[in-house]
Amino acid sequence: MKFDTPATQNPIDQLKVIGQSVNRIDGKFKTTGTAAYAYERHDVAPNQAYGYVLGASIAKGRIRAIDDTSARAAPGVVTIVTTLDTPPLALGQMNYANLFGGAEIAHYHQAVAVVVAETFEQARAAAFLLTVDYETEAGRFDLAAEAGSAEPVGGDSGEGSDSGPGDRVGDFEGAFAAAPVTLDHTYTTPDESHAMMEPHATIAAWQGEKLTLWTSNQMIAWSKGSVAKILGIPKENVRVDSPYIGGGFGGKLFVRADAVLAALAAKAARRPVKVALTRPLIVNNTTHRPATIQRVRLGATRDGIITAIAHESISGNLKDGPPETAVDQTKLLYAGAHRLTGMKLARLDLPEGNAMRAPGEAPGLMALEVAMDEMAEKLGLDPVEFRIRNDTQVDPGNPERPFSQRDLVGCLTLGATTFGWDKRNPKPGQVRDGHWLVGLGVASGFRNNLLAKSGARVRLEVDGRVTVETDMTDIGTGSYTIIAQTAAEMMGVALDGIVVRLGDSDHPASAGSGGQWGANNATAGVYAACVKLREAVAQRLGINSADAVFADGVVRSGNRAVPLCEAAASGELVAEDAIEYGDLSKKQQQSTFAGHFVEVGVDIHTAEIRVRRMLAVCAAGRILNPKSARSQVIGGMVMGVGAALMEELAVDTRRGFFVNHDLAGYEVPVHADIPHQKVIFLDEPDPQSSPMKAKGVGELGVCGVGAAVANAVYNATGLRVRDYPLTLDKLLDRMPDAA
Amino acid sequence: MADAGAPVGPESPVMANVAFTVNGKRRELDLDIRTSLLDAAREHLHLSGSKKGCDHGQCGACTMIVDGRRINACLTLAVMHQGSDIVTIEGLGQPDNLHPMQDAFVRHDGYQCGYCTPGQICSGVAVLAEIEAGIPSHVTADLNAAPEATADEIRERMSGNLCRCGAYSNIVEAMTEIAGRPA
Repeated sequence: MKFDTPATQNPIDQLKVIGQSVNRIDGKFKTTGTAAYAYERHDVAPNQAYGYVLGASIAKGRIRAIDDTSARAAPGVVTIVTTLDTPPLALGQMNYANLFGGAEIAHYHQAVAVVVAETFEQARAAAFLLTVDYETEAGRFDLAAEAGSAEPVGGDSGEGSDSGPGDRVGDFEGAFAAAPVTLDHTYTTPDESHAMMEPHATIAAWQGEKLTLWTSNQMIAWSKGSVAKILGIPKENVRVDSPYIGGGFGGKLFVRADAVLAALAAKAARRPVKVALTRPLIVNNTTHRPATIQRVRLGATRDGIITAIAHESISGNLKDGPPETAVDQTKLLYAGAHRLTGMKLARLDLPEGNAMRAPGEAPGLMALEVAMDEMAEKLGLDPVEFRIRNDTQVDPGNPERPFSQRDLVGCLTLGATTFGWDKRNPKPGQVRDGHWLVGLGVASGFRNNLLAKSGARVRLEVDGRVTVETDMTDIGTGSYTIIAQTAAEMMGVALDGIVVRLGDSDHPASAGSGGQWGANNATAGVYAACVKLREAVAQRLGINSADAVFADGVVRSGNRAVPLCEAAASGELVAEDAIEYGDLSKKQQQSTFAGHFVEVGVDIHTAEIRVRRMLAVCAAGRILNPKSARSQVIGGMVMGVGAALMEELAVDTRRGFFVNHDLAGYEVPVHADIPHQKVIFLDEPDPQSSPMKAKGVGELGVCGVGAAVANAVYNATGLRVRDYPLTLDKLLDRMPDAA
Repeated sequence: MADAGAPVGPESPVMANVAFTVNGKRRELDLDIRTSLLDAAREHLHLSGSKKGCDHGQCGACTMIVDGRRINACLTLAVMHQGSDIVTIEGLGQPDNLHPMQDAFVRHDGYQCGYCTPGQICSGVAVLAEIEAGIPSHVTADLNAAPEATADEIRERMSGNLCRCGAYSNIVEAMTEIAGRPA
């Protein structure tokens, strides 16, 4: 189905099932431990052996030799595959360091061997008997030190967030010099880790030339292609299956070493092999969100109209790796006649930097939205009012191009009312609650809505049930449930009459899970397939499909009413289709918006920061399931708190690796860090987005939260910290007098 | 108990027989003594509801209730549990026979990806029992009074169970409901 004109009235608009806060259909499996994740698929292949991965203990250089004599002789060892036994493998999609093969070491904990044994304990013990002789080379590990040599570069996060090396509108320098009120500050964000709860894991089995990977991956079709490319085998010989994924956040967009090593090990062992990356290996072996150094310049009139806006970012990556696209949102978020956005990229020898939840916008808004707070104060304006004054209903660099929908102002004003913003004291450091200094902060949230082709197959079974098959994944996002809701709405059957099968590359290729594009595109693909199935049903029942109404398990047309299952009485009906998009999103900008409000308390004696209240008001198209969408948003808000207050991969700039590479050293928010969270959706169906009239929401939840926290800390203390995370050591020696 | 008859040295794994009760059923295993209780469940009994998030006692995804107390099953060896009474997530309830805490997690959407969920639920059940038993926590203000299942008590006691999807707010509501207090 080609979607190239705005949606009109369609069966989804009935909202009998869609738009309802139904419980997740996979909930009873996840809560009972019966949902099987990759490493747990004992039943899919017999005689599975255990693989244990050894990572490089240097950051850069080469391997002279690997002595595996003792390891091979260790009890239970089946086989060992070392990187010296294997030619350098091809790179997968959006992959910039070899996952395996050859003597060169490009980053710390790059995989150098996999040991396969009868048990996990035996494989682990034998792995530590390997002796690797390294020749270490000097490397570049310090972004601040390399920033001066960084080259201008354009870039694309792979999730639609992209910018040129220097994009200009008007005359920024002239307007900035002429502006009566200006701001020029530099902000830094650290390297961050996805830290999803399920480690990357794969079971691999070969049947002749055919390889099956039961793995944990967000993008099945991409990964099927990447596995084929990396291993040099035809795509048709690869099957990837990921029905349950224990979190990804971008860390499982791409094929990683677990999948490649399981495949190589299974070939060498001539039996199925399962491999999980150990927790301490994940941070340096896989990808991370790169650190940024961001400069924001704002020029405005005295009454708070922005006339000049510039946002420049420096990040680092391995050779050929992309920049963190932290400036992208600044092209679209606020008005201003004269504009500059630019990026520079330094070459670093740290592990591979890549997409993490809202790449670009998440760190970018942590800078821009603090700058907006600082500028509002300079202007003597309320920060909500300053943002409202600079709202734009068109793409500022392209004024003939409107937003399809944009109610940032509604998000901010409703948020302000709901949160009690009028009680905020604009003068910082004034509000006390016992030993706590209390402050309120606000930030805008922004993330684009992305359209991507997505396919599905639907079956009307003989027993009247409807089965949906697509390679779409559910990484905690609620895909199972909203897909079932879509099929139930379209076919007029109850939710429990729908079976959803996800994550199998033998199913039609979907948009997959990334860039908050999954929900709208994947359900639109199911919609397209259901339209075809409705036609097939009508044809078999001899009903005119144009006026057929599907409801309550019955198909009605004129005076006729036939049970839906009768259409399958003579055999199941199968329909397959995909949603494909025209240029609607080029004519009008599709984005999602939020107003994030945060209250913090800062201990006047210790500078400990506690988040006390959080609110997000989101404008993100039709909300397909308010319950699971709200969970996506609060989850993003939790990650935003982490980014603001604690998350930081510490770089050892001499040895070239992230030091705190486990869940004790890399701190993420825990229960005690998170208060009750409130979310309000401005439900606004967008006919430009798809027949579902929905948009992404999963990444909007994280976008802007970090800045709202930082702004609240400033309002509480009067101390501005421009280097994330806001740990207490950055406040303590400047804290106001406790008396 | 180690098999004293077999030759044992650094070259071959030391095996031991261990018997315990898992979810009400007596189970007996011959295990490499390096096998954690978590791997005994996941790899030997195929009870994979208990998750391996870190294998270092840092995340809580492996939480089981052993002899009435919640523990990180990755931090204890199976052979240390001879005779123990072990409850895993599979023992609390099943898909068509949910434990009230499992049901509350579903209704409050107290999970997303689901990987930390079994540990959260086992911890949640045990936390409410700890409060019921009068065991104080770091945030208990009055050590002479019985602790109550307040949101602060729940958050403090649940903080060893990480959830990267960020379902904390919903988990606290699910537990508060089960504790019999208004959410």
